[in-house]
Amino acid sequence: MHLWLRAAISSDLLLLVTEMVIIGVSLIVFLVLLCFFLGWMERKVAAFMEIRLGPNRVGPMGSMQIVADTVKLLFKEGLTPNASDKFLFNLAPGIMVVTSMLAVAPIAFAKNFQIWDVNIGVLYVSSISSMAVIGILMAGWSSSNKYSLIGAMRSGAQIVSYELSIGLSLISIVILSGSLQLSEIVESQANGWWLFKGHIPVIISFVIFVIASTAEINRAPFDLTEAEQELTGGFHTEYSGMKFAMFLLSEYINLFIVSAIAATIFLGGWMPLHIGTWASFNHIMDFIPSSIWFLGKTFFIIFIIMQFRWTFPRLRIDQLLNLEWKYLLPISMVNIIIVTAMAIFGWHF
Amino acid sequence: MTLLGENHITEEGQFVINMGPQHPATHGVLHLKIWLDGETIKKIEPHLGYIHRSIEKMCESLTYRQYIYTTSRMDYLSAHMNNQACALAVEKGLQIEASPRAQAIRVILAELTRLASHQLWWAATGLDLGGVTPFFYAFREREAINNILEETCGTRLTQNFVVPGGIMYDIHPNFQNHVKQVIKQIKDNFHEYDEILTGNVIFQNRLQGVGYISKEDAISYGCTGPTARASGVSCDIRKQFPYDGYDKIQFDEIIATGGDCWARYEVRMAEMLQSVHIIEQLIDNIPEGDFQTKTKAVLKLPKGEFYQRVETARGELGVYLVSDGAATPYRCKFRSPGFSNLSAIPHMAKEAKIGDLMAIMATVDLVIPDIDR
Repeated sequence: MHLWLRAAISSDLLLLVTEMVIIGVSLIVFLVLLCFFLGWMERKVAAFMEIRLGPNRVGPMGSMQIVADTVKLLFKEGLTPNASDKFLFNLAPGIMVVTSMLAVAPIAFAKNFQIWDVNIGVLYVSSISSMAVIGILMAGWSSSNKYSLIGAMRSGAQIVSYELSIGLSLISIVILSGSLQLSEIVESQANGWWLFKGHIPVIISFVIFVIASTAEINRAPFDLTEAEQELTGGFHTEYSGMKFAMFLLSEYINLFIVSAIAATIFLGGWMPLHIGTWASFNHIMDFIPSSIWFLGKTFFIIFIIMQFRWTFPRLRIDQLLNLEWKYLLPISMVNIIIVTAMAIFGWHF
Repeated sequence: MTLLGENHITEEGQFVINMGPQHPATHGVLHLKIWLDGETIKKIEPHLGYIHRSIEKMCESLTYRQYIYTTSRMDYLSAHMNNQACALAVEKGLQIEASPRAQAIRVILAELTRLASHQLWWAATGLDLGGVTPFFYAFREREAINNILEETCGTRLTQNFVVPGGIMYDIHPNFQNHVKQVIKQIKDNFHEYDEILTGNVIFQNRLQGVGYISKEDAISYGCTGPTARASGVSCDIRKQFPYDGYDKIQFDEIIATGGDCWARYEVRMAEMLQSVHIIEQLIDNIPEGDFQTKTKAVLKLPKGEFYQRVETARGELGVYLVSDGAATPYRCKFRSPGFSNLSAIPHMAKEAKIGDLMAIMATVDLVIPDIDR
């Protein structure tokens, strides 16, 4: 695309701007369509778990229901409470969506298909995604609602704690592959995914990553910041119309991102499944396009995280923090020492 | 953000929130004013009256046949038991007794109502603790029960099937078959309830050790029903003051000693199986005969006071009638189980977290129209 545009546009600045606009617009369109799909998928998974049919009237298998809902939200009045801090109140949904969209940049969707192959990819993703807590705090504080405030304070405690476990479980793979760049981490799994190569310690990291990232993106059973039954909606109680839809959008983008990161780091990203010396099997697997491999793995993890939501009741705030500080964090720390030893002595495959 | 003054932050730095009258977890228009220190509850003050319909005053201008049906709207989940209590109070005054057939049908319907009520409670408990899925599993059985009630009584929620001296009509021809099917369905599916919620570690941790109330406190707050039985108080009216032939039926009074939310959960779960057991005994042995005892067109109770209590799904419902010999009660008073159970909640929830309050309110099983009347 770069070369093609180069032929049409001579100015360097104009070229850069054109490229950024094209990428930005296509990214937003892709993510919104993705959220439509995830919204539909969530309803269908929920219906499957709850012995009912789910949406089945609008469009084939109810697939247009979520579009209808979005149109409804578009036409709703976006209320801003009188007592609220209006600037922060309107800024917060924007921050939520922007931070979650930024984190998509370094993810490799297919072979040689990456928006920005930054050399500190893992660091970039974890730092950008932790900025989401600013949006939540801002929304909770500026709403001037007591429930929102409690929800925002909970999210502060929750997201900051679970960052640690996510970081430590990501670092274990960084140690093994020797790089922070996501494309290199994927390349290092050409002869086998880290989940299979790294023995039990990597499986532990993977499980911790999935648990901690569910908490990080505020999904049940860790949705204490929303906690409908306790806080009537938590930090987004006062939001309505499109501003509320933006919170929903960022929630689903975040769900996609953590699943994509887990697929990239632990399950080999776009790398096909290869089994040892089975040449013909490996050959068939190579025929499946790399984007299918990536999306398949990502949606597998999304499916698991969705099942959590429809299976478990919610934790209490002290149980939530106990889980992190008394179980996940010590386990991750011991785990990282074992992984380091494994990397030094080359015990992995 | 301007949150100053006694209604927002107290001098001790406690945060005041108003939970309700519109709140997803209060199951109605209950208003709890809560003083918080961080996440910890320091004090709770229930505010009532949002759904007061002056049912007791209304009853004073209704005849003894009519006043029964206003009580369906008190504890709407055990509407049949409310009607039964009122009819029994009138029967006590008239010194008549319902025929054996009417009694058996009343008991079967009462136990079906109790099952439906406990299933809704189970569904709502899961929902209050953040799990949406249990709701649909419980409603599968509740729908089947409601279908039976609709077939025989004509309505699904407020049955209005009891008259002084018996029941309004005879049962539907399909009644026995359908009840047997539902009983089988409940017994077959009961293990799913345990798999979804009872065995879940998160769920157990949310309930165990939460909302403790001792036996002495439960008695002094006037708790009844499963709430009190979970603290070890033996208070099943069906055993202690049997009515409508409960003394001829084999069933156990479920008593736990934990006193916490988990004990209340276990008591209600076991009670569901006891209700199934009661229905199984009666369904094939409904005596033949009249479904109504002959009564006069206009009922007049003799001068005096009459008190009748029954065990509803939530506890003891007392009906107190004062008669001056006329066709309407001179004074009518209901002792509702929800009111006393609610009064114990501030005690149970002291020093608990906000999330615990949801567990406590769910396991006490409040129905707000029952509290306000």
